[in-house]
Amino acid sequence: MMPADSTRALLAATAVSKRFGGLAALSEVSLTVNRGEIFGLIGPNGAGKTTLFNILTGLYLPDAGEFVFDGARLAGMKPYQVAERGIARTFQNIRLFDNMSALENVMVGRHARTRAGVLGAVARDAATRAEEAAIADRAHALLEYVGIAGCTAELARALAYGHQRRLEIARALATDPRLLALDEPAAGMNATETAELKRLLEKIRGDGVTLLLIEHDVRLVMGLCDRVAVLDYGRKIAEGAPAEVQRDPAVIAAYLGGALA
Amino acid sequence: MNGYLERWQRLKRNPRFVWAAFIVLAVLLLVLPFVTEWALGRAWVRILAFALLYIMLALGLNIVVGYAGLLDLGYVAFFAVGAYFYALLASPHFGVHLPFWLLLPLGAAIACVFGVLLGAPTLRLRGDYLAIVTLGFGEIIRIFLVNLNAPVNITNGPQGVNLIDPIRLGDFSLARTHAFLGASFPAVYNYYYLFLALTLAVVFVSLRLEDSRIGRAWVAIREDEVAAAAMGINTRNVKLLAFAMGASFGGVSGGLFAGFQGFVSPESFTIIESIMILCMVVLGGMGHIPGVILGTVLLVVLPEALRYLGPLQQALLGRVLADPADLRLLVFGLALILVMLLRPSGLWPSSVRRRELSAEGDPARRGQASLYDASR
Repeated sequence: MMPADSTRALLAATAVSKRFGGLAALSEVSLTVNRGEIFGLIGPNGAGKTTLFNILTGLYLPDAGEFVFDGARLAGMKPYQVAERGIARTFQNIRLFDNMSALENVMVGRHARTRAGVLGAVARDAATRAEEAAIADRAHALLEYVGIAGCTAELARALAYGHQRRLEIARALATDPRLLALDEPAAGMNATETAELKRLLEKIRGDGVTLLLIEHDVRLVMGLCDRVAVLDYGRKIAEGAPAEVQRDPAVIAAYLGGALA
Repeated sequence: MNGYLERWQRLKRNPRFVWAAFIVLAVLLLVLPFVTEWALGRAWVRILAFALLYIMLALGLNIVVGYAGLLDLGYVAFFAVGAYFYALLASPHFGVHLPFWLLLPLGAAIACVFGVLLGAPTLRLRGDYLAIVTLGFGEIIRIFLVNLNAPVNITNGPQGVNLIDPIRLGDFSLARTHAFLGASFPAVYNYYYLFLALTLAVVFVSLRLEDSRIGRAWVAIREDEVAAAAMGINTRNVKLLAFAMGASFGGVSGGLFAGFQGFVSPESFTIIESIMILCMVVLGGMGHIPGVILGTVLLVVLPEALRYLGPLQQALLGRVLADPADLRLLVFGLALILVMLLRPSGLWPSSVRRRELSAEGDPARRGQASLYDASR
């Protein structure tokens, strides 16, 4: 097992808790994601994985606990500030800008890294033109990077499902993230598509982006992740290398029911 | 069908064709008042000038509703702010007579401030809830205008402000007839050309904003606010910017309206006006500038044209069966319903929207291109 030491830690959650009415969605969940690794977050449906993502990216406020990203606390930050810090995400139920082209979707992702305002837009001065060209170039490059360069002008809603997943990743990468959080990227994909996705994610990691992913596809998680954490009913029941976690009795019980434990 | 579309796309990219079309359009717009007066009479030149004012309004609302997807039912408030700002500072009411070139940009700026004032408290609201609050805002402004005549008379209450200075550019008063190149230009022509110039400026600004980082951020918020925020867009500021930009167009239009009419009263700024401007945006094709312009022209011209229903009945039937004023509203309402049923994304939607409809034809999704889209 790779230890979670503090100099290598990119993201640390300390005792994050969240209640929705009487339901404890998360209870004191702590975990550490190291730089450059692919960290898997698994657990049965309703375990609190997406809630953790939503707190991380500023959509929800935690009741207690906090995230520390690259030494800075994320407490109370708005989603756009989290994105500016270098955390990008995708969504479990794909959330693209449906009526924009694939290219425009990715161009929107450059928003946090560009500056042009109303005056620049109206005057279209040299600086703004250069910035626009750079945005478009980068967006083209990213579409090619995720393997959907042929769909540049297509509307996002008209893309095939697997392409939409890739477009969402390209859009997230456009924000120049240091941590890319993927919420079930392989959901609904067949074996071939999943294998292609695995290669893409490894390529992204190879280019220096740390990955945090929620995934149900056990084969994908086992083959891809360096470490995984398992959530069940809002509690972390295991953390470690995939092979170890797979043998953990608590994990087996969570997935298959208490009788086997 | 596709062949035509492709040829049209190619033609649109041909610079010589674009220039030729541009020149033809420019000449048409320049001679339009002469042709109109010759064919229909001078009253119609005045209607043309009003159409231009409404185009500015509709393009302003288009930023808020069409791009950013924020359903605003009180947009006429900004028109009112611009109109009263001009009226109060260029009339005997306070005895202040500031020049036009100063009042117009200031009026836009004041309307901008009001846009932010409305936007700030409504940022958390969406769809129906936002619509209701903006509706209230529009009424608050109108009721203020009605009642701010006591204890200190600011707005002159329901009587409105009279004798507003006509627009002057230096020594050139638009209210007088001028001779130029052997043709005579009565007041309404001068206003038409001024409004035309400013409308073109508004169209230009709209086009530039549409294809920019800000414009993309607006559309992203319309499409999915959560995803937009997650992509690093400060949704609060970008929405406020949409309100402010939209309001400033309304302010400009309002100032021109006051100078043109010479008279403003709260009656001109009722909720019906807000609804009409919204109809112009939706009817033509939300978020598509040519569509919005088309929708506006139709909605300004159609009610005027329907006035002829009375004389028409007289001529055909020998007597007036139905009061043309009633019939006008009926035909107008029917026309709107028909358009929304048959062309749910507007008469002239953007090519993106058209593609999406023809590619899928999914009725559930068709509905989203209508007003519902904005209230989602």
